[in-house]
Amino acid sequence: MILTSSQISTSRRLLGLFAVLIALTAAVAVLGVILGMISSFVANGGTSLSWSFLSEFPRNNNTEGGIWPALAGTTFLVLLMTILGVPIGTATAIYLTEFAKQDSWFARSVRFAVNTLAGVPSIVFGLFGVGFFIQFMGGGIDSWLGTSSFGDGSLLWSSATLAVLTLPVVIVSVEEALRAVPRDLREASLALGATRWQTIIKVVIPNAVTGILTGSILAVGRGAGEVAAILFVGVTYSSEVLPSNVTEKFMHLGYHLFVLSTQSPDVDKTLPLQYATTLVLLGLTFLLNLTAILIRSRLRKR
Amino acid sequence: MAKEYPVKIEAHNFNFHYGAKQALFNINLSIPERRVTAFIGPSGCGKSTFLRSMNRMNDLIDGTRVDGHMTIDGVDVYSKDVDVVTLRRRVGMVFQKSIPFPKSIYENITYGLTLNDKVTKTELDHIVESSLRKSALWEEVKDRLHHSAQGLSGGQQQRLCIARAVAINPEILLMDEPCSALDPISTGKVEELITELKDSYTIVLVTHNMQQAGRVSDYTGFFLMGSLIEFDRTRTLFTSPAKKETEDYITGRFG
Ligand SMILES: Nc1ncnc2c1ncn2[C@@H]1O[C@H](COP(=O)(O)OP(=O)(O)O)[C@@H](O)[C@H]1O
Ligand SMILES: [Mg+2]
Repeated sequence: MILTSSQISTSRRLLGLFAVLIALTAAVAVLGVILGMISSFVANGGTSLSWSFLSEFPRNNNTEGGIWPALAGTTFLVLLMTILGVPIGTATAIYLTEFAKQDSWFARSVRFAVNTLAGVPSIVFGLFGVGFFIQFMGGGIDSWLGTSSFGDGSLLWSSATLAVLTLPVVIVSVEEALRAVPRDLREASLALGATRWQTIIKVVIPNAVTGILTGSILAVGRGAGEVAAILFVGVTYSSEVLPSNVTEKFMHLGYHLFVLSTQSPDVDKTLPLQYATTLVLLGLTFLLNLTAILIRSRLRKR
Repeated sequence: MAKEYPVKIEAHNFNFHYGAKQALFNINLSIPERRVTAFIGPSGCGKSTFLRSMNRMNDLIDGTRVDGHMTIDGVDVYSKDVDVVTLRRRVGMVFQKSIPFPKSIYENITYGLTLNDKVTKTELDHIVESSLRKSALWEEVKDRLHHSAQGLSGGQQQRLCIARAVAINPEILLMDEPCSALDPISTGKVEELITELKDSYTIVLVTHNMQQAGRVSDYTGFFLMGSLIEFDRTRTLFTSPAKKETEDYITGRFG
């Protein structure tokens, strides 16, 4: 059958219209699901959300009271994770973009490792944390110092595990930021007699600071919501006190949610608490993303 | 060639490779001290590569290789004991795209100075002023030294980059098409500047603009496909070229 050109264009136009319609429906559906989720959390958990919920310890086997130790524990965890992970990730990214010969086998292996790391299920990081950090490092430190506090799950080893888990995020986003610094700027610096290091410190990093910060925040966001990776390396389901140093165990919002919804003697009773905890977790994530956006736009303006 | 003046830079059987691709073939020439030497030739003929070989900027590109000699004051810049950083402080460079650092005008000029040496504030102030005067920018920016350099016009930015290079007091200034992004008025200012600076510096200028080479340079080299076809006094090269290729190029029958 031979179609006239006007027939072709009509059927094409119909097809185009159809495609737009599908895309639009999908977009509306996604928006709907998100709004529905949030409104259900707000409706169910909003009433339990209060200052005392945020500032009190849980009571009565986690069926009453607040989430203060979980909130504080998550914050400590994420901070320590950032302190451990971001410098290492940034240093790796600097090595990869500024120093490595791009096709050397070492650079390629590091890149391969980073990409592989990004695809590993988080529970595997938890096992790695047990084997490497707790048993190998912690055990080693204990027998070396004659202590007994390092060879067990703790805030420190959980942070270290999460730092490894978020390393790919940091490395990839910092690398991207470093590559975005114009080549001419580097050359101008080198041509003025700066060494590579001076160029990196004085020109490249200041120009990539947005990307480095954004990468760190994305990593923090990823780390803050992660539960599986810390299951075996130091999180605890209930605690009467906040950890007083990094070798102690800690509570965590995500894990607390898991405990409330599956391990509680009365799951139905804790339902409002679960929703409220979810709201706090969501709020934290939202806050982090907002900060990232604000930093980005602020620095872009400069 | 250039026997009338002391030789500052000399290439001897100089070859350059980007990986498997050879970009310069057996270049031989002597660049006189405190004169302006221009390189002309169609785009892609190796002018920038040759210029960037003088301060070893090409070292930054993976897989590049040189053989033959490139000497400054008789010392091979590619010999083992030459320190690249010191070399680049003696051989300043101004690029085609003038990007000031996203810092203040003042910091742009002091950038090279404060890298290794402790310099007092008074000295810095002094050098900033004299470099800006030398690059004919002082009157235009003296009231906003601490404002961002990115607020300057294109022509001013390029003169700032010249001031930035001059501030570390090099012996040689390499300029790679410094006016190609500038309007005629700014170009005129930069050309005027080049003529003034040649009393103190050996200037090597790459340009795709033959009129510019004619206006500001004392010596001109013509490159074609990685080879130096002809090198002579600018007037001689433009009025009575020895080679057919040169004549074709300058009379516009080529490229
Ligand atoms: N980084 C590079 N890698 C590979 N080849 C290059 C590179 N830079 C330049 N070349 C090649 O070397 C030759 C000379 O280039 P260039 O020196 O930039 O010429 P010009 O400055 O005269 O336009 C060209 O063929 C160009 O494609
Ligand atoms: Mg060029």
